[in-house]
Amino acid sequence: MYDFHYHRPKTLADAANLLKGKDEARPMSGGMTLIPTLKQRLARPSDVVDLGGIKELAGIKVEGNNVVIGGMTRHADVASSADVKGAIPALAYLAGHIGDPQVRNRGTIGGSIANNDPAADYPGAVVALNATVTTNTGRHTADNFFKGLFETALSDGELVTSVSFPKAEKAAYMKFPNPASRYAMVGVFVAKTAGGVRVAVTGAGPCVFRVKAMEDALAKNFSSDAVKDIKIPADGLNSDIHASAEYRAHLVNVMARRAVDAANK
Amino acid sequence: MTIPVAMTVNGKPASGKVEARTLLVQFLREHLGMTGTHVGCDTSQCGACVVHVDGRSVKSCTMLAVQAEGAKVITIEGLAESAEKLHPMQEAFRENHALQCGFCTPGMVMSAIDMVKRHNYQLDEATVRRELEGNLCRCTGYHNIVKAILAAAPAMKSAGV
Repeated sequence: MYDFHYHRPKTLADAANLLKGKDEARPMSGGMTLIPTLKQRLARPSDVVDLGGIKELAGIKVEGNNVVIGGMTRHADVASSADVKGAIPALAYLAGHIGDPQVRNRGTIGGSIANNDPAADYPGAVVALNATVTTNTGRHTADNFFKGLFETALSDGELVTSVSFPKAEKAAYMKFPNPASRYAMVGVFVAKTAGGVRVAVTGAGPCVFRVKAMEDALAKNFSSDAVKDIKIPADGLNSDIHASAEYRAHLVNVMARRAVDAANK
Repeated sequence: MTIPVAMTVNGKPASGKVEARTLLVQFLREHLGMTGTHVGCDTSQCGACVVHVDGRSVKSCTMLAVQAEGAKVITIEGLAESAEKLHPMQEAFRENHALQCGFCTPGMVMSAIDMVKRHNYQLDEATVRRELEGNLCRCTGYHNIVKAILAAAPAMKSAGV
């Protein structure tokens, strides 16, 4: 690891100031991606701004019809939260299946979505539940937040302060985990909310995406039969040593059916 | 550039000067000389480096020493009451022969203790196996490790630890 200047601000305003005007400064939340990246010398930030000391960023609360999760809330806390389990059990399930227990004890929701790893789990929930991402400078809708491979709508120095998830009438997340890393080879989050039915796929492509054909079919008939014949084209999907694009395309259908069945239980 | 860092390790104050890039595991092993915490893969996969930070199991190879500023850290060296009296989890690993080469054992024991507490001393085999996702053992096939953790859960409860 190359050395860097380390900062541990106590407030969001201080963190934003530390990042401002420094092209090579990086914020760090749980560090579960950044630290391994630094260890491999794949990144060389001048400054690392640790968000771990900002108390206002962590926590879970229910506000009306929404569950609002602070950006620095650890996966383990989302997984075990009575509020999350009560309002959106699928979200607690998702958080409880990220990585391993030690990763869940450090990794955060804000870090996960800001990093937007194509195989991360949380983007599936954010898009399928049509969550709103709040930052220190504004708000982003789920559909506008994830832009592409490791790319989001966040501008330099913009930090995720919370994510607000509308309660779901029915929701489930099913993933086919990579057996070594537990990253999603394919993960499908299906949600039926007041706003309609959404199907979001993570792990399969360069960035989380929705499957409109499945959403339309499920809006008419929320059963796994309704999506069983909907095939996903393999074009543009990820292909690597773990799975070919064709295999991932096939898994999208399998995981979608399993998710719908789970949501109906 | 060095940064002063201070934390509590196994109930005793520990401090030193580190670089920003110094990992917690390096601080424990190289600065404090506490080599019970192992570095296996160094890529956050194997769990040989697991310690407890403020009561939670974490991989100390994927945390900076400066991030543990002010924290309470427990390592494998901090578990046994004395040379004669092991922690119930260590005792269960010994009784059940839950190790062969022993390299993964410190991390296994630390993860196992956290697991037992989080599940309120009540575990079944499937849960133990799932919870061991973050710890790799290349010798035992895990069978005796699972047996040891299942045996240790009630022992920890009755010992009040």
